[in-house]
Amino acid sequence: MSTQIERERESETETESEADAVTELPSAQEARMRKKAEARADREERAREEAQERADAEDSYHLKVFRYDPEVEGKMEPRFDDFHVPYESGMTVLDALIYARDTFDSSLTFRHSCRQAICGSDALFVNGSQRLGCKTQLSDLDQPVRIEPLPHSEVEKDLVVDMEHFYDQMESVEPYFQTNDLPEGELEEQRQTPENREKVKMSTRCIWCGACMSSCNIAAGDNEYLGPAAINKAYRFAMDEREGEDMKQHRLNIIEQEHGVWRCQTQFSCTNVCPKDIPLTEHIQELKREAVKSNLKFW
Amino acid sequence: MSQSYDRGLVEDFGRWKEFSAGMWAWVFHKFTGWVLVGYLFTHISVLSTAVSAAGNTRAIEAQNDVYTVVISTLESLLVVRILEVGLLAVAVFHILNGCRLLLVDLGVGLDAQDKSFYASLVLTGAIVVASVPTFLEGVF
Repeated sequence: MSTQIERERESETETESEADAVTELPSAQEARMRKKAEARADREERAREEAQERADAEDSYHLKVFRYDPEVEGKMEPRFDDFHVPYESGMTVLDALIYARDTFDSSLTFRHSCRQAICGSDALFVNGSQRLGCKTQLSDLDQPVRIEPLPHSEVEKDLVVDMEHFYDQMESVEPYFQTNDLPEGELEEQRQTPENREKVKMSTRCIWCGACMSSCNIAAGDNEYLGPAAINKAYRFAMDEREGEDMKQHRLNIIEQEHGVWRCQTQFSCTNVCPKDIPLTEHIQELKREAVKSNLKFW
Repeated sequence: MSQSYDRGLVEDFGRWKEFSAGMWAWVFHKFTGWVLVGYLFTHISVLSTAVSAAGNTRAIEAQNDVYTVVISTLESLLVVRILEVGLLAVAVFHILNGCRLLLVDLGVGLDAQDKSFYASLVLTGAIVVASVPTFLEGVF
């Protein structure tokens, strides 16, 4: 399937570059080019019809995709478009979207990059749940497959949402390693015990897709709430023993503020939707306990 | 959160079918909590009739003081008996789910949080059903 897409892409770029050239060429050449372009258009039209026929056949999946474009009149009103995509074994939601875009409607907009659940760009709201498009098998879903942009964030166009607020929250917990106690010797490594590594292991897997933040009822109502991903990021460093006690205290100060860990009401929505299976609620709860411990004084 | 477009009511209310166990637990816990707070006020207002009845020994012995009259009138109504069953359901669920939340706060058995929610629902149901004869006794 991927090869087919590649070929289609190539022919598209050719069309464009040749179309640019046509304006400057003499008439005979122009005529030839026009004929070729028509033949190509015919071919493409036929390919599209074939695809439609195949899609109409039994083995197709019915997608209902959210469409919205604030810049084009007539598309400003949000609507759902139907696509019938021929099913291939192992097809994911992202594959289906790519097929729909390349075959039926090139204006269909969505983010994707690595297609293997690493880049975190294609978190979508599929059949009522936040999922990664590239990690969700079509065969696991009921039809019609309803694909929407992530809830509780502003839609830019179609399935693309504004992630700026999410990134702001992530950055506010200082998501980078920092420490005051460096080991002796200039070239000495900062070693971590295997046990400590095991403790933070799951929390390091976050791919910043924003699914948890979108699923969180509290984050939806409280715009300043750090959100599960940011708190998980804080957990990853607060629990890292190499950062030292001072830095841990500093991190706890950040997350125990009014819109920090205490907003969490343990609905487990984030844990349920996390495509990397990070136990987010568990981490938030542990940070709550750490925050209490560091504040309790018995004298 | 601000929305640059309107997804309609579906954004706010249409998702409840897609709620997971933890979300339902939260919704029910909030709901039962508010019901219990509301009950507290009616509870106090009924009990406070005892204040005006206090000291009136003869009326109390004859069982026609304000407090006894109010209580026995209320208890003779079928609606009140049914509401009492509802109150028990609400209280039992709030207690059981509260225990579940304690465990969650302690980080115990987070993997089984959905199961413990279902367990508290089932237990609530069982206790309520078992209590129905007691609550509805003699009202018919």
